[in-house]
Amino acid sequence: MKRHLISAADLTRDDAVLILDTAEEMARVADRPIKKLPTLRGRTVVNLFFEDSTRTRISFEAAAKRLSADVINFSAKGSSVSKGESLKDTALTLEAMGADAVVIRHGASGAPYRLATSGWIDGAVVNAGDGTHEHPTQALLDAFTMRRRLVGPDAGLGRDLEGRRITIVGDILHSRVARSNVHLLTTLGAHVTLVAPPTLVPVGVEQWPCDVSYSLDDVLAKSDAVMMLRVQRERMNAAYFPTEREYSRRYGLDGERMAKMPEHAVVMHPGPMVRGMEITAEVADSDRCTVVEQVANGVSIRMAVLYLLLGGSDTALSAAPARTEENK
Amino acid sequence: MSKIIVRGARILGGEPQDVLIDGETIAEVGTGLDAEGATVIEAEGQILLPGLVDLHTHLREPGREDSETVLTGTKAAAVGGFTAVHAMANTFPVADTAGVVEQVWRLGKESGYCDVQPVGAVTVGLEGKKLAELGAMHDSAAGVKVFSDDGKCVDDAVIMRRALEYVKAFDGVVAQHAQEPRLTEGAQMNEGIVSAELGLGGWPAVAEESIIARDVLLAAHVGSRVHICHLSTAGSVEIVRWAKSKGWNVTAEVTPHHLLLTDELVRTYNPVYKVNPPLRTEADVLALREALADGTIDCVATDHAPHPHEDKDCEWAAAAMGMVGLETALSVVQQTMVDTGLIDWAGVADRMSFRPAAIGRLEGHGRPVSAGEPANLTLVDPAYRGAVDPAGFASRSRNTPYEGRELPGRVTHTFLRGRATVVDGKLA
Repeated sequence: MKRHLISAADLTRDDAVLILDTAEEMARVADRPIKKLPTLRGRTVVNLFFEDSTRTRISFEAAAKRLSADVINFSAKGSSVSKGESLKDTALTLEAMGADAVVIRHGASGAPYRLATSGWIDGAVVNAGDGTHEHPTQALLDAFTMRRRLVGPDAGLGRDLEGRRITIVGDILHSRVARSNVHLLTTLGAHVTLVAPPTLVPVGVEQWPCDVSYSLDDVLAKSDAVMMLRVQRERMNAAYFPTEREYSRRYGLDGERMAKMPEHAVVMHPGPMVRGMEITAEVADSDRCTVVEQVANGVSIRMAVLYLLLGGSDTALSAAPARTEENK
Repeated sequence: MSKIIVRGARILGGEPQDVLIDGETIAEVGTGLDAEGATVIEAEGQILLPGLVDLHTHLREPGREDSETVLTGTKAAAVGGFTAVHAMANTFPVADTAGVVEQVWRLGKESGYCDVQPVGAVTVGLEGKKLAELGAMHDSAAGVKVFSDDGKCVDDAVIMRRALEYVKAFDGVVAQHAQEPRLTEGAQMNEGIVSAELGLGGWPAVAEESIIARDVLLAAHVGSRVHICHLSTAGSVEIVRWAKSKGWNVTAEVTPHHLLLTDELVRTYNPVYKVNPPLRTEADVLALREALADGTIDCVATDHAPHPHEDKDCEWAAAAMGMVGLETALSVVQQTMVDTGLIDWAGVADRMSFRPAAIGRLEGHGRPVSAGEPANLTLVDPAYRGAVDPAGFASRSRNTPYEGRELPGRVTHTFLRGRATVVDGKLA
């Protein structure tokens, strides 16, 4: 693994499988009465959130705490510019406080890359979502969820998603989740199809290693997993689509459409969902919908990422279960 | 003023000759000239060009003296081989009145390193709503002939039409920053394969091309001339080529950075590559070179845009757009156009001196290197190779995309009306 996690494109197939396998180990910890490992005792993880995202922040916070790291939450609302302090000065401050890892969420695409490559800090940088660029831990937890559901928690160990057909539906243009998932799922051997109205697909998408379809109905029967992305209502004001209802009719997932999916296929959503827009309550509440599992899996994945970046080397991995035993 | 003799330089890349400068003018050109009483500059192997003229420079004064002043900007110009620069109007306050353009003009006179020809704003405050007093700026001591809202596009078709018509009264020209504003809201980089991957807002080529198409049609309709600033796409080249084939009075410039750099560099998220119009693709770069070589694009203009360090030492979205360019322009043109065989040194003289001076109707610059002409001259050592070191810049700002990059050629001497402003590559 590299020293930072900035883009899902930086992960090799083996890196990604290692993270998923490690996350399985971490998931077992969550099933114990004492959900804590001593691995990162004495290490400091800073959650540097320039955008509000309580869900992602508490997921990283829970992950770091379960590894016994000290956690500092640094919430900087708005951009560094509107706040007056530059990203650089914020980084230097964290460096002075001795951060071993900085988990950064930022509204500007590329901000984590700048943080990792500008020499401002020494610690590991984990991208927790940057602008409309990437959100690699989300893609990892999505892949983890798919592997558990489609292959099995134990049967999946050491395996990737070879040959699985994944459909991602919604605002691809503005979605960091979609970008990270296209990279990661392709690396893991899956075949990705993006579905959106043409206005919400970026110019240049033809170079991505995936298919693009403008029709949800055409691809449902051929999908092992369908991932619905949140579509912000404001988008219709910028003429990306005419009305909320028209979007929902053409690209929303309802019970009737879900019935066209193969029986084993799952419905996923990175949250927060807009019920009635991209997904109906019937689908969101069905057994095939993995939204709640994804949240739980997010903690395991983030534990695995922090563990591998901070505590572990590849060889140290085998020690993880042993420590779990000690902790029992 | 004493005499200077430049010995054995290849004028516009031709056979070695001597050039005798007496006072402010070129006294004699020939071989074996008598050097008695003259300072001798041995220039064997070097190229002698007419002093370079930049149609597009941001000197930032008044208002942003933290990034550049007229004095530091003209020093940078001299180091780059320029003897005249056009100072863009997007200062604080905007150069939209006779008072401001005269202030910039006077500061240029006082600097003594390079002539400064102020550009006047087309509209009040660059807001695109109401024509500025173009006639007053022309009639002022600054004698403005080039008008531009550069940094912003004159996007209202009626305002653009009126401006094109109005400046005909004094042979002025409107230099358009072609950027359809609605198509570029939130734009951060060229829209294409790289922007899709990086998740940065796209600046589509069509936003430039649609304005150029409209403006060449407008210029033809009202019989005016129009100049296109920093043309950056292959499609823009096609439109200008078509307009010229119709005999319309259209001229265009390209920046050195658009002749060399592509949007692939944005993958570093290093804001030193953030510029407007944005870096485009390899295909665009090649089309621009070809267009400059065949004359579709008339000239090279630097769009020298200094910014303080903190405005580039940040995340991409927060960074300012622009690059300094005066001190590296000739080297980039040598690398991309001369060393590639696309043009010769006579071509460089044409694209970096004769034509920009003609477009700006600038007197005393862009003249042939011959007896009786003003001694505005630039001596270049084309064999020089060196890495760009921003720490050594004369400009107050350091936002160059070429740091550490090896570029060919170096200006060894610059003469402004017979006075050496640069000697052996250093400010005199």
